[in-house]
This record gives sequence, structure tokens and C-alpha cells, in this order.
Amino acid sequence: MIYQGKQKIWSDYQKEIPDDHYFYVRSCIRQNLFPASEKTFLDITRNKLGKDFFETEHHTTCGGIAYHCDAIPQETSMTIIARQFALMHKYGYENYVCSCITSFGLYTETLETWREFPELEAKIRENLWKTCKLEFAKPKYLAHASDIIYKYRNLIAAQAKYKLINRHTGQPLRVVEHIGCHYGKMFPSKSVGGAEYPYVLAGMIEAWGGEVIDYPERRHCCGYGFRQYHVRSNRGYSLANTHKKFESMEPYKPDMIITNCPGCPYFLDRWQYVISEMEGKTYGENGHGIPVFTYEEVAGLVMGYNPWDLGLQMHQVGPEPLLDKIGIPYDPAEKYKGVNNKDLGRPELPSCGCL
Amino acid sequence: MKNIVIIGGGPSGLEASAQLHKMGYNVILVEKSPVLGGHLAKWDRLFPQGIPAKEVLEKMVSQINGVKYFVEANVQSINLLDKSYNVILDNGITVLADAVLFTTGFDLFKAQKKEEYGYGIYERVITNADLENWFRTKEDNRVVKDPKRIGFVHCVGSRDEKAGNRYCSKVCCATAVKQACEIKQEFPDAQVYCFYMDLRMFGRGFEDMYLSAQKDYGVRFIRGRVSEVAENIDKELVVKAEDTLSGKPVKVTLDLLVLMSGMQNCPDAVKVAAQIGVAGREIDGFFETKDSIYSLQNSTKPGVFFAGACTGPKTLPDSLHEARAAALAIHNYLTEKK
Repeated sequence: MIYQGKQKIWSDYQKEIPDDHYFYVRSCIRQNLFPASEKTFLDITRNKLGKDFFETEHHTTCGGIAYHCDAIPQETSMTIIARQFALMHKYGYENYVCSCITSFGLYTETLETWREFPELEAKIRENLWKTCKLEFAKPKYLAHASDIIYKYRNLIAAQAKYKLINRHTGQPLRVVEHIGCHYGKMFPSKSVGGAEYPYVLAGMIEAWGGEVIDYPERRHCCGYGFRQYHVRSNRGYSLANTHKKFESMEPYKPDMIITNCPGCPYFLDRWQYVISEMEGKTYGENGHGIPVFTYEEVAGLVMGYNPWDLGLQMHQVGPEPLLDKIGIPYDPAEKYKGVNNKDLGRPELPSCGCL
Repeated sequence: MKNIVIIGGGPSGLEASAQLHKMGYNVILVEKSPVLGGHLAKWDRLFPQGIPAKEVLEKMVSQINGVKYFVEANVQSINLLDKSYNVILDNGITVLADAVLFTTGFDLFKAQKKEEYGYGIYERVITNADLENWFRTKEDNRVVKDPKRIGFVHCVGSRDEKAGNRYCSKVCCATAVKQACEIKQEFPDAQVYCFYMDLRMFGRGFEDMYLSAQKDYGVRFIRGRVSEVAENIDKELVVKAEDTLSGKPVKVTLDLLVLMSGMQNCPDAVKVAAQIGVAGREIDGFFETKDSIYSLQNSTKPGVFFAGACTGPKTLPDSLHEARAAALAIHNYLTEKK
């Protein structure tokens, strides 16, 4: 690996990311799968860094899953998106940031389609007015939430209590970064670092003290891939994809995985359990799985958030060995305690290192 | 005596210089690099018969005795006066030229633009030019000792709309087959793969070379494009491709991957030509000739001529033919101009 070669490519794919004042849109599924990630994003940006991130309860899904599963036509999803943009405009913002990679890809695709086919944009404008009586507007800047954390990575590092370093050896943690397919593969110029060697997560890892692993199947899909999973008969294919990735990264002995997509952390995390059940194989140290995190969770960890406030108890692969490795304190008794100490219950089938 | 400025000291420039000098013209040859010969000076052997490039080049250079030439010289400005072109070089020389011949050749497509192939990222990915250099010098750490598996990727930056080059670079197929055979000569135990779209073996002896590559050298030809290249923990290259004949994806682990970079017009030449209103074709960037059949050596401007790969990818013999044709076209032009 020639690091300077990567740096050259990264310098070719630097997008403009405004520093402040964003209209924030949540993901449909992240709030269920990784409920604290979006909360942590808003807490870091608003309260730790003092930035203006506005959100409204009136926004909806972008329609991405239905669109990619061929359940709704493109014009319908475009009208939904036009409504989201109109809300941004209504509340006085022109920078739009979304939590979901699928949404980011679909917003980018929509804006590019409108640019290419103005007559379609005119039709959506009309649809929006007929259905919602809202004024059509387009964002001046479109960002994914991981772009924002990338932008603030050094500010976060400046406030960090921990580094991605193995406290026992003093060596950087070996981190796999997995980028959601819809982030840069469709429109490389809209990403940080391009499609082949994306930098958005690698930049965070470097800024926070870790070392990026470059393994052969790093570009491969996590296994979600919409129709691979949502069509039940294809689920074996979904699992095979994930299995291929883990087999490929295994020789590098990764300490952790960081992702920027709603589906990727879920599938990389949960399928490890399935692989361990089916094949009796785990990919981490001492019979454990490899913990998988969202970028907000990793930002929260280095900034000293309580791991259970970050929702890490929702992961299939337990984070405790990694927390011990970094030196992040946690109270095992609090792991399954919810708000007001409500007992959340314990998983019935712990496996692959789930504690 | 009429002055003729020839821009570009590669094979076309050398051949045209020799021919025009023999006709009695005062030829001034301008070459930007420190040595004459262009890409030929960096090549080892030539298809289809494996003739050493050095021999061919030495013969060409020996024939320009009496021609004034400048190396490490660039055209700083060029403009049309009444009936001649005022050419100012960056070494302070000024020439009033009755005719100007562009033999500016080609640039190799920058392989790093095809990011998925990993040139400049992975240590064992090299280009056709790098391999020729290794054949000549045996100096390149990227070529590991006793490689067991070697791959060639055809059409890198050619026939590729995404790379901005829709055209075929014409010589890469034959070069890949030649280099595949030569690398087998160096490493007889290695398995060599060629990933191709079509094999364009149009020239005399090319088809025989291709058959020999299969029968005598055991080179495996896989029809399909490489989709991505990655590096494993042992620094070997993991190459994914599609075999369109069997309809299956293939994945091979290689010790060396050679990218057959295609040809592009030289940006420096385009800048010089633009000063006198001579432009590249929008469709491929190579210079626009007066027509596409009868006057291939003429530009759209009087007194400005072309030869060689600056009007499109060409083999070495084709470029030499064009150089001779350009010499004749210039002679006719100057004769009629009297």
C-alpha cells in the first residue's frame, strides 16, 4: 500500500462542507437499530461543539427503501424528497444533512436528475404544490452526517478523553472502515475521498489515533443490499456477502469496525452471531466477535460518553473487551438498565462474545 | 532555402526530418525531452517480431545528419505572419517557418485515473511503459522475484467512456500479447492472464503472435473487464473480473498486474497548436485533419501539417508512413506556394 497514492486521490475528492447551520433529517431504521447514535450526533454538534443543527418532527422517510425495492415509482420518492427540502426552506435553512446513507444517495440522485431533466423538476414542483402547498426549494449544500463528523473530527479529537489506542501495547487500534454503498459509489464526487478509497471514516480513525486496515473485500457490500435481505429467499446471499467480508478481513486481526450506513453496522454485527451459530467461527480475539460501531458511537466513546448511554448494549457483539482495551470505564450492572433504571431484560441467546 | 519547423522528436519527427532534409529543406526539429526518440527511446522490443527498439531508433537518428535539432526545447509561442509562421522557442531561438509539422505523438493515459486498478496505490501494479522499462533495465522493485501469476489488463483508458476516451488505442492489444510472451520468456513457470474486451490483431503477423502466445507460451486470455483490484496481507493482488465467455465472475491472486495504458493527445501540443487556431477534435482530443481520407497530413490551416499519433493512435510503421506522407505534402505545398 502506497499511502501517498491514496492521499493524492483523497485530495481529488474533497467536497465543500459548510461549518454550521444545518437542517438535520433522521433515518427511518437507525432509531430502532442504534437508537442513541442520532441523539449523540445532535448532542456532540449542538452541546459539545456549539453548532446549529435544527430538526423538525414534521419530516418523514425519504422513501428510499420503497424506491430501491421497486415499491414506489421515482416521481413519488422525488415528491417526498421535495417536501423534505421544502421544510428545510420553510425553517430558514439551506444546508441539508441526513443521517441515512440511502437517503444521501437518493437525495444526490434526485438533485442530479433534476439538474439533467429540468422538465421533471418542474413536474415535481407542481406535485409538491398540489399535494402539500409547500414552496419548492433545493438545498445549497447536501451533506451526510458522517461528512459533518469528518469535518469536526479534529475538534472532537481536541475534546477527546480517549484515543483509539490499545492501552496495553500503546499501539493504534486496527480499524476496519466500512462505507455504505450509496455514499460514494453512485456519485464519487459527492463523497469525501471518492468511491474506491473513501476517506470520510478513515479521516476520523486517523484523527482519533487508530490505524485503518485495507483488506481485499473492503469495497464489498455489507450484505444488506435491500433485495438481498428484504426478499426472504435471498437472505442466504446476504449472509454470504457478510461472510466473505469477514473472511477477507480476518488475517488483519481488526480490533473494531466503524460504519456510516444504517444497514451496515446492523448486518455486520448480527450476521457474526449467525455465522458463529452456523459454523462455530468467530473473527475477534479470544472467541469474541469484532465489535461494530456507528461513527457517532465511536465519536461518543472517544469523547468520554457512558457506553450504555451510547446504546452499545443494543449490539450483538459485546463492546466490553474493546472498552477494556482502550481503557474506557463502564459499569456492567448498568448495561441493561434503561431510562429511570428500567430493566431492559437480557438477551436470551448470547453468542460470539456477547456478554 | 525554405524553413520547416518540426515539433516533436519521436519516430515521426525523425523520419519527416530525414525526408525533408534530403529534399533540400532547412529543417529545425524541436524536442521537449533531453533525448530524441519519444516513447521509442523508452521501449525495449517491438511487435510483432521483437526487433529491439534501440536498433530502430539508432537507424532513424543516423539519418537526420545535417538536421538542426534542439532537445529540452519547447515552443514558447507561434503565430502566423503574412505567409509564414513565427516560431519562438524557450531557448531563445526564433524561426520564420514556411511550414510547421506537428509530430508531437501521444501521452500515455494516466493509469491512476482508473482508481479501481490501484496504480500508485498498490506496489505491484505497473503499466505497459513500466514493464518495457523493466525489460530494458531489469530495475523496478515492483516486479517481484519469480512471480507466479501475472495479469495484463487491456484497454486501460481506451474504449472507456468513464475515462473520457471512447476510442480504441489500437496498439495495446498487440503490445499486451507481445509483453505477455516476453514475460513468459523471463519467468517460464509463471501463469499469465490477459483480460481483454476484443483482441484487435489487425496487423501483419499480429494474429500469429496471438496464436503463439496461446500455443507456445500458454497465456490465458479471459474476455472480460477487470472490476477491481485489491491487495491482500502478503501484498499480492486480488483481481476480480468477469469472464464473459463462461458468464461467470473470476477472482485471481496475482504477483504482478500490468495495465495497458492507452494513448491520448499531448496537452502541451494542444496548447501550442491552439495559438494558431489548430484544435483537437471534440470527440477524442486528437488533432483535426483537413479531411478523414485524402488529406490526413494537412491541418485546417495552410502550412500546418501532422504526422503520427497526434491525429490518433497508430503503430510505429503507420507513424513512419505518415511522416513520409507529410514530407511529401509539405513539399507539394511549398512548391505550389512559390
